[in-house]
This record gives sequence, C-alpha cells and structure tokens, in this order.
Amino acid sequence: MILNGVMLTIALSFVAIALGLVLATLMSALRSLAGSWAGYIVDAYVELMRNTPFLVQLFMIFFGLPQIGIRMNGLEASMLAMTLNLAAYATEIIRAGVDSIHKSQIEAGLALAMSRRQVFQYVVLQPAFARVWPALSSQFVLMMLASSICSFVSVQELSGTAAIIEQDTFRSFETYIIVTVIYLVLALSLKLFLNWLGRRIFPQVSGLARVTEAHGEAA
Amino acid sequence: MQTFGWPEAYFILRAASWTIALTAIAFVIGGLFGGVLAIMRLSRLKLLRRFAAGYILVIQSIPVLMVLFMSYYGLSAVGIELPPFLAASASLAIYVSAYLAEIWRGSIESVPRQQWEASASLALTRGQQYRYIILPQAARISLPPTVGFLVQLVKNTSIVQVVGFVDLMRAGMLVNNATYQAFQIFTLVGAIYFAICFPLSRLSRHLEKVMNASRSH
Repeated sequence: MILNGVMLTIALSFVAIALGLVLATLMSALRSLAGSWAGYIVDAYVELMRNTPFLVQLFMIFFGLPQIGIRMNGLEASMLAMTLNLAAYATEIIRAGVDSIHKSQIEAGLALAMSRRQVFQYVVLQPAFARVWPALSSQFVLMMLASSICSFVSVQELSGTAAIIEQDTFRSFETYIIVTVIYLVLALSLKLFLNWLGRRIFPQVSGLARVTEAHGEAA
Repeated sequence: MQTFGWPEAYFILRAASWTIALTAIAFVIGGLFGGVLAIMRLSRLKLLRRFAAGYILVIQSIPVLMVLFMSYYGLSAVGIELPPFLAASASLAIYVSAYLAEIWRGSIESVPRQQWEASASLALTRGQQYRYIILPQAARISLPPTVGFLVQLVKNTSIVQVVGFVDLMRAGMLVNNATYQAFQIFTLVGAIYFAICFPLSRLSRHLEKVMNASRSH
C-alpha cells in the first residue's frame, strides 16, 4: 500500500515536472519572441501563481471549475494544479537565465544569419538552462514535496496513504515517521539524480559560475 | 442551503488575520532558531556544523505537512496533546528555521573574508566580530531573500487547516461546505492571499534592485 503511494507520488511529480517544464519553456519563448502583450500575459500568470498558495489553486481546479462545467477527478486536478504551479515557478527561474545572456551574444548570432528562433534556441535558451539548472532542480524537489498536499483532494499518494494507514491502525507516530523517511529518501535521490542529469546534459558549463543561487521556494 | 454573501465574505476576511498572526509567530520563532542554526553551521566546531547541516537537510527534504501531522496526530498518540494553534505554529517554525538558516548562512558567507580578518586584527572576539562587523552587513544582504521567503511562508500557512485551525483557507472551506459556491469563495480566498503576498514579492524585488545598484558603485 505504501509502495503504491510512493509510485503515485513519483508519477505525479514526473508528469508535473515534464509538462511544467515544457509549458515554462514555451512561456519563456513567448515572453522573449512575441510582442509585448504576450509577455504581459505570461508575467501576470507568473505573478498570480507565485502569490497564491498551491492549495488554493488545487481547490479552485477541483471544487471551483465544476461550477462552470469542468469536472475532474482528484488525480487529474492534482496533476493539472502541479503542472500549472511548477510552470509559473520554472518560467520565473528560466527568465533569470535568459536575462543573464549578454546582448552581444544575440547580436553575434544574428550576425551569423541565424533566425530569431535559432538564436533563441541555441544562443539564449541552452546556456540559460545550463546556468539555472541548480535552481530548477531545487524547484522540482519542492514540487515533489508539495505533492503531499494533493492528499487533500483524496489522492492516494504517499501522504494520502499515510492518512489511511493511520486511521486503520491508530499508530500515527510510526506511520508518519516511516512516510517522512520515505519522503526524505525520495527527495535526496531526486536531488542526486537531477545533479547527475545536469552534468550529463550541460557538460560544457559544469565549471562556470552559476547565476542563480538555489534558494528554496516552496509552492 | 445558504448562499455566499456579505456575512460569509466577512467571515473569510476576518480569518485572514489568523493567517497573518500565524505567519508572524512562525517567522519570529523560526527566525530565532534559524539565526542560531546559521551561526552553528559556520561554527569552528565540527559537531555543531554537522548537526546544523543535518537538521537543515532533513527539514528541507520532507514536506511541511508531515511535520504538521507528526506534531499534531503523532504526538497525541504518545500522549502529548498540542492544541491546533500550537501544533501549527511549532511545525511552521521548524520549517521556517531550516530555510532561513540557509538564506542567512549564505548572507553571512557573502560578507567579504577581509572583514573577518580586519576585525580579528583589531583583537575583537568572535562574538564581537559577529555583532559589530559581520551581522550588520549580512543583515543588509539577507533582506531581499528574507522578504521573499515571507511570501512562501504566508502561502504555506494554508496547510494548517488539516489540524482544524481556522485560518483563511479553513474559513474558505467552511463557507464552501455550507454554500457550495466554490468558484466565488476560492477566488476571494486566493485574492486575499494575493493581496498579502504580492506587495511582499514586489518589496523583495525592489530591495534586490536597490542593493544591486548600491553594490556596483
């Protein structure tokens, strides 16, 4: 039963990280390529998500949307909320990386007859990602930990499983200790995995100074 | 069935003051511990350094929700009954202490090493160095990320409703159970959180800009 919970926590986090990252990359591209109005919409979205609790976002999707006719089960709502939340934070982090790319690099790219899209993809985005990877990694770990909140809409992930076992056995202390240790192991493994992945994908910058400090921002 | 109207909105708005109170308490208590941890983390004694580093690593790698469950349901299973408000503020303070310790350690470390050396050469003790030379400079550096973290704390107080404490989030859920008008209710709840958090985010960003400008001179 705990194992199922673990698998669901991992699956939820994986989907949210993958989809959130794609969405964030698109929003970052929109911000720097398209006209200013698209940038304003992205900025407004990021500010809105970053300044309201994840729990409110989850409840808005789970309880609020059915009122206007969009119905989802707990799992779908959790997945959507996590993706949307992570996308906002990742957009903000990627922005720091994009801002750190020197203008002369872009001019150089354009001078080599690259299209604006090519310049964004190869000259701006790749180095930007490499530089903010540590900050992104810690955001992913925080999202994994925040997935515990999805138990509030009765999703049986790790903390949801813990609550059920606790109700059945009344051995709260043991249950929560075990589950907490599992979270700890998950978080540390995810951290190590992401570090390894970062070195694999961005070998060229492993020696360079990173722009953003990996300051924790819980969702 | 009730409908969502002014009395309900007023009830939610009033509960927001509990969210603010909880934030303030968790921040002050967590900040005190966090400060001690930050200094322990930089201590010359290996044991203190190790202990602080381990504590920070563990707390940052587990969900706050688990800390909350353990301090409320877990402790009551072994016979210690904490009232919801106490369990909530204790759990949040534990969470705050780990994150602030890391932020403040970074700030202390970013004070140039020459400041330590210069003050040591003036025969100041380590305590005096911290008090008169290092901490005033570190405090300035740490201001923007600390204000930024405050936003995270305000948002994270929303989970304390699981132990039955009526904060902003819980008030929203109670009204929702009575009226089933979730869309309006959570829009209002979200708007109140936003009204608290957005100015803080802006302040943090503003401070960051001001300090970058002053550093480049």
